[in-house]
Amino acid sequence: MPNSKKKLLQGNEACVEGALYAGCDFFGGYPITPSTEIAEILSVRLPQRGGKFIQMEDEIASLGAVIGAALAGRKALTATSGPGFSLKQECLGYACIAEVPCVIINVMRGGPSTGYPTGPSQSDIMQAKWGTHGDHPAVALTPASVQEILTETVRAFNLSEKYRTPVIVLYDEIIGHMREPITIPEPGELEVINRAKPECAKEDYLPYDENYLVAPLAPFGEGYRYHVTGLNHKADGFPVNDSEIIRENNERIMRKIDENIEDIEKNEEVFLDDAEIGIFTVGSTARSARFAVNALRKEGIKAGLLRPLTIWPFPDKAVKKMADQVKFIVVPELNLGQMIGEVQRVGNGACEVLGINRVDGESIHPTQIIDLIKKHK
Amino acid sequence: MATLKDFAKKEELFTGGHRLCSGCGIPPIVRLVLRNYETPVVAANATGCLEVATTIYPYSAWRIPWIHSAFENTAATISGVETAYRALKKRGKIPGGDKDIKFIAFGGDGGTYDIGLQSLSGALERGHNFLYLCYDNGAYMNTGIQRSSATPFGCNTTTSPAGTVIKGKLEKRKDLTRIVVAHNVPYAAQASPHNWSDLAKKTQKAINTKGPTFLNVISPCPLGWYTKPEDSNKHARLAVESCYWPLYEVEDGVLRVTYKPKKKVSMEEWLKPQGRFKHIFKPGAEGLLEEIQSQVDEYWEKLLEFDGKPVY
Repeated sequence: MPNSKKKLLQGNEACVEGALYAGCDFFGGYPITPSTEIAEILSVRLPQRGGKFIQMEDEIASLGAVIGAALAGRKALTATSGPGFSLKQECLGYACIAEVPCVIINVMRGGPSTGYPTGPSQSDIMQAKWGTHGDHPAVALTPASVQEILTETVRAFNLSEKYRTPVIVLYDEIIGHMREPITIPEPGELEVINRAKPECAKEDYLPYDENYLVAPLAPFGEGYRYHVTGLNHKADGFPVNDSEIIRENNERIMRKIDENIEDIEKNEEVFLDDAEIGIFTVGSTARSARFAVNALRKEGIKAGLLRPLTIWPFPDKAVKKMADQVKFIVVPELNLGQMIGEVQRVGNGACEVLGINRVDGESIHPTQIIDLIKKHK
Repeated sequence: MATLKDFAKKEELFTGGHRLCSGCGIPPIVRLVLRNYETPVVAANATGCLEVATTIYPYSAWRIPWIHSAFENTAATISGVETAYRALKKRGKIPGGDKDIKFIAFGGDGGTYDIGLQSLSGALERGHNFLYLCYDNGAYMNTGIQRSSATPFGCNTTTSPAGTVIKGKLEKRKDLTRIVVAHNVPYAAQASPHNWSDLAKKTQKAINTKGPTFLNVISPCPLGWYTKPEDSNKHARLAVESCYWPLYEVEDGVLRVTYKPKKKVSMEEWLKPQGRFKHIFKPGAEGLLEEIQSQVDEYWEKLLEFDGKPVY
C-alpha cells in the first residue's frame, strides 16, 4: 500500500472510513454511548458526498429508516450499543425475512439495560445471534483493532449486499474508543460488492425468485413493482398460508448463509499448528490473548489462539479441529460465558473448556489468561 | 401563594452535592418543583443528565423514593407505580392509608419529545394521577449535544452541524406542549426557572389537579448552548422575553398566556451570546436570523389569538 494514507484514528472513526469506502450513502441513527461518534461524523461526511444522514427519534426508527433506504437502493448503516441494539431487534428480524441488505454496528457496552455505558463488554454476542425471535440467519463480525474495524465494516457491507441480509459488526468499547495508526486503503484496493440487480423484464421481476438462493434486489423507484413484508411470502413477495412455501421461505434464508459458510467465515490463527493449549476469543480480549500466547511460547508452553473475525455463523469447523488437537481450550470473554457454550457444543467433550469472564467494566488482562493456563496445564 | 422566604424554609427534597454542571438549569427547576409538595412524593426519572448526575454511587441527591427505568419509559414506569399505589390503597395496605401520595416523572427533551413520546402519550391517555416534568435544554446533552426534536431551528449540534452549506438544524422544533394538550389533559403548562413564582404557581396547580398533568420547563445548558454558566438565568429570561419560550397554561381546555413581555426582546439579542448559534451571524447565513425571528413572531401571534379561549 505505497500510496495509502496513514492516519491516527479512533475505532469509531475507522468505522466511518470503512462505511464510506464501502459506498455507504445512508445513515439512520440515534445517539448512544459509546457509538455516538459514528453518527456525529457521518452527519458531516455523508451530506458532503451527496449521502443522507437522518437522526431518528429512537433506535427502532433508526433501523426502520435504514431498511427503507436499503430497499430504495442505498447502502445503509446504523450504529448503536446494547440498549439500542435491543430496541432494534424486531426490525432486525424483519430485515432477515424480507432479505434487506443493511449493516448494524454495535459498540458493545456493559449490560443488561443501561448497564455500564462507558465501559467495555462483549455481552451482546448471543443477542447478535438470538436477539430477534424466530429462526433467522445471523451474520456478525468481530474486529479486534482499529484497522480491522475499517476492513470489517467494508466486509460487512459486502456480505450484506452479496447475501441480501443484515450484517452486524460487534466490537467492544475498548477498540471503539482507542486510537491506533491505521492505513486508509486506496480505492480499488479492497473489494467492494454491490447487490445484484435484476436483468429480467420489469413485469417478470420476482423479488424472492426461488430459482436463486439470493435473488437480485430491485431498488424502489426504478419501475419494478413488488411487495415487501415481514410475513412469510412467496416469490412475488405476497404473504401466503401455504405450508410448503412457508417452510421453503424459512429454510432458504438460513440456507443462503449455511451453504456459504466458507465465504463468510474468517479466522486468524496464532501458533495454532502445534498448539497443545487453545484460546478462543474475539475483540479486545483477543489482544490480551495474543500477548498471553507470545509470553507462554517464550516459556516453552505451546499455546495457540483461534480468533474468529466472523463470530456468526459460528466457526464450527475450526473450533472442532482445535478441540480435537489441544488438551484444553480457554475462552476469555467480557461477559459471564456466552461464546464458551458454543465452544463446548462444538467440542462435544473432545477437550476441557475453561472460561475467563469479566463483567466489571475492565478488560481481561493477559496475566489472567497466562495464570489460568499455567495452573491448569 | 408562598413567598420566596416560605420556600426557603421548606424541606429540601433535592439536595446539593449532585454533579450537574455549574449553570445547569435542571437543579433549580427540580428543587423548586419538589418544594411545592405538601404530601409524600415518588419520582420516576428517564435516562439523562438529571438521572446520571444525581445518583452517582454512593451518593444520591434525592430525599424521596426515586426510580430510574430506561430512556423511553419513565411515564410507563410511573404509571405502574401509581396504579399499584391505588390498588394497595383500595385494599387498605398502605400504612397511614388516608394520606395522599403524589407521583412525578422527570425526563429531558430527548427522553420526552423523542424516544419517550409513546410512553408519555399512553400514560396521559390512561389518565394516571401524576405530573410529568420535562426539562427542555434543546438537545441530547448527556451524550454530547446531539439534535433532538426540541432543538431550535437553525441550531448547531453535533448531529446537525452548521457548515458552509447546511446551516445547522433545518427542521422546526416539535411543539410538545401542544401535543400534550391534544390529549385533553386537565392541566399543561410551559414555564421557565428564571420566573420562580410562575413556575411555583403552575407546579401547585399541576400537583393539585387530579389526573395527568404536564410541565414543560426550559432549561439552559451552558455546555450545549455554549454560554457562560453565570448567564443561565439570563438566558432563560431572554428565551421568555423574546417569546421563543412563551409562558402559558392550558387549564381544563382553556389557554392562558401567563406572561406577556412589555417589550419583546429580539431573537438576535438572545441568540448572539450563544455559541450554538454563532454561525447565523457569519457571512453565508443571510436571512437565517430573519427566518428564526419570523417563526417565533408567527407562533407568538397565534398563541395570543388563543389567549383566554378554549383550545379543545
